[in-house]
Amino acid sequence: MPQTDSTATTTDILVEVRNISVRRGETTLLDNVSLSVRRGEIVTIVGPNGSGKSTTVKSILGIVKPQQGSITVAPRTRVGYVPQKLEINWSMPLTVQRFMRLTQRHSKSQILAALKITGVEHLLEREMTALSGGEFQRVLIARAMASNPDLLVLDEPVQGVDYNAEVDIYQLIADLRDSHRCGVLLVSHDLHIVMAQTDTVVCLNGHVCCSGSPQAVTNNAEFINLFGAGGAAALAIYRHQHDHSHGPDGEIIPAGADACDHLHG
Amino acid sequence: MDRMVRSYRPVLTHVTTCMDDFIVRALVAGVAVALVAGPFGCFVVWRKMAYFGDTMAHSALLGVTLSLLLELHPGIGVFLVAAAVAVALVGLQQRAVLPGDTVLGILSHSTLALGLIAIGAMAGARIDLMSYLFGDVLTVNAEDIRMIVIFAPIALITLLLVWRPLLAGTVNRELAQAEAQRPDIAEIIYLILLAGIIAVAIKIVGILLITALLVIPAATARRFAATPEMMAVLASAFGVLSVVAGLVISLTIDTAAGPAIVVAALLAFLLSVAWPR
Repeated sequence: MPQTDSTATTTDILVEVRNISVRRGETTLLDNVSLSVRRGEIVTIVGPNGSGKSTTVKSILGIVKPQQGSITVAPRTRVGYVPQKLEINWSMPLTVQRFMRLTQRHSKSQILAALKITGVEHLLEREMTALSGGEFQRVLIARAMASNPDLLVLDEPVQGVDYNAEVDIYQLIADLRDSHRCGVLLVSHDLHIVMAQTDTVVCLNGHVCCSGSPQAVTNNAEFINLFGAGGAAALAIYRHQHDHSHGPDGEIIPAGADACDHLHG
Repeated sequence: MDRMVRSYRPVLTHVTTCMDDFIVRALVAGVAVALVAGPFGCFVVWRKMAYFGDTMAHSALLGVTLSLLLELHPGIGVFLVAAAVAVALVGLQQRAVLPGDTVLGILSHSTLALGLIAIGAMAGARIDLMSYLFGDVLTVNAEDIRMIVIFAPIALITLLLVWRPLLAGTVNRELAQAEAQRPDIAEIIYLILLAGIIAVAIKIVGILLITALLVIPAATARRFAATPEMMAVLASAFGVLSVVAGLVISLTIDTAAGPAIVVAALLAFLLSVAWPR
C-alpha cells in the first residue's frame, strides 16, 4: 500500500491546527478547521475556489490571525514558503541570485546549493522576469529550501506551468520530502496528480469536508459531491497506473494524459 | 508676523553680499532633493504608485493653507497633510469599495481643487500660485536649505534601515509577512518619508511636477541596473544630473527652473531608451 506515514509518530508533529475559525466582516472564511503536518509527511489541501485553502495556509504562517482555535508550531521549526501568484514587476531588476537573498542573507555557495536541489543552478544570473513558468517555480522552491526548512509550505506551486513541468515539479516535491525529511503542506486545485504522492488529503470547503488517505477521501460521499464523480474517476485511473509503473519516469505522462482524456470524454 | 520677519533676515543679508547666492542655494536644494528622490522614486515605479504619489502631491496646496492658518513653515503643513492623505489612501485601498485607481482619480483632483479654493479664500492675491504649482527654485531661502539638509540624510538612512522588508514586501507582501519582515511598518515609514520629499520638493519642481522627479530618473536607471540597489543609486545620479542640467537651461534661456529640470530628466530618459545595449 502506498501509505507512507507508518514511521511518523505524534512527536514528529511540526504543526497542529486545532478548530480554527477565520471571519472577515460578515463572511466566515474558515469554520472549525483542524489539520496537522508531521515530519516526512505530505499533506495536500484541496477544495474549490474560495474554500479557504490559502486562508488556512496564511493562518499557519501567521499572516492571518484566526478568531478562534489554536495553531501550535513545534519549537525551532523552520518554515519555507512558496507563495501563490508571485509576479515580478518588470521595472525591478532582480536576478535569481538577488531574489534568493530577498529576506535572508545567504552566501553564494548556499544559494548555489539550493538552486542545485531544484536543478536550476544555471539560472543564477538570469533575470526573474526572463524565466519560464517551470523555471520560475523551481527558483521559488529553491528559495524556500535555502533556509533548510523543517516544513515546506507551497500554495498552488504549479500555477502557470505546462503539463510536463507540472509532473516534474510534483515529483521534485516528493523527492525533497524524502531527501530532506521535511514535512510538506501543499495547496492544490489539481486533484488527480497531487494525490498520488500525498499521504494525507484535507478536503476543504470552508470547513473540513473530509480528510484521510487519498483512497479514503475519494470514496467519501461529500468529496464526490464536491468534485463530481468525474474528478474522483480521474484520480482512480491515475492511481491505478501509478501502482503499476512505480517509477518517477516518463511513463507517468501518458498515464496522466489518459486520465485527462477520460475527464473530458 | 514677527516670526516671518526673523526667518527672512538671513536672505536679505545674503542678497546684499553676493548676487550668485541664490543659484548656489538652488543647486544645493535641488541636488539634495534629487539624491533622496532617486531611491524613493524607484519604489514608486516598482510598486506602481505614480498616481498615488500624484495624489499625495496634489494635496500639498491644502498643506500650504494649513501652514498659513497655523503660521508654520509651508513645508511642515504640506508634510502633515501629505502624510495624512497617504495613510488614509492605504486604508481606503484596503477596504476596496472602489478600484484603487478610481479612488485615486477622485482624490487626486478633488484635493487639488479644494486646495486651490482654500488657498484663494485664505490668502487671495498674496500667494504666488504658479510658484507652488511649478516650483520656484531660485527663491529657496536659508530656512528651506536647512530643512532639506536635515531631512535628506534622515530620509536616506531610514530608507536603508527598512530596505530589506520594504523590498521584500514590494516583491510579494505575503512572502515578506510569512518570513517576519513586517512589510506593513516599512510601508508606512516609506510613505511618511515620501510626504517629506513632497514637502521639500515643492520649491524645486512644484506640486504638479514632483512625480516626474520621482519617476523619470528611476525609469532611466532601470535600463542600466542589474539589481534594485544599483537602480536606486543610478536614479539618484540621473536625478542630480537633471537638476544641474535643468538649472543651466533655466539660467541660459531664462525659463522656469521646475519645467526645465523635468525636461532635462526626460531628455536623459530618451537617451537611455536609444542607448545601444
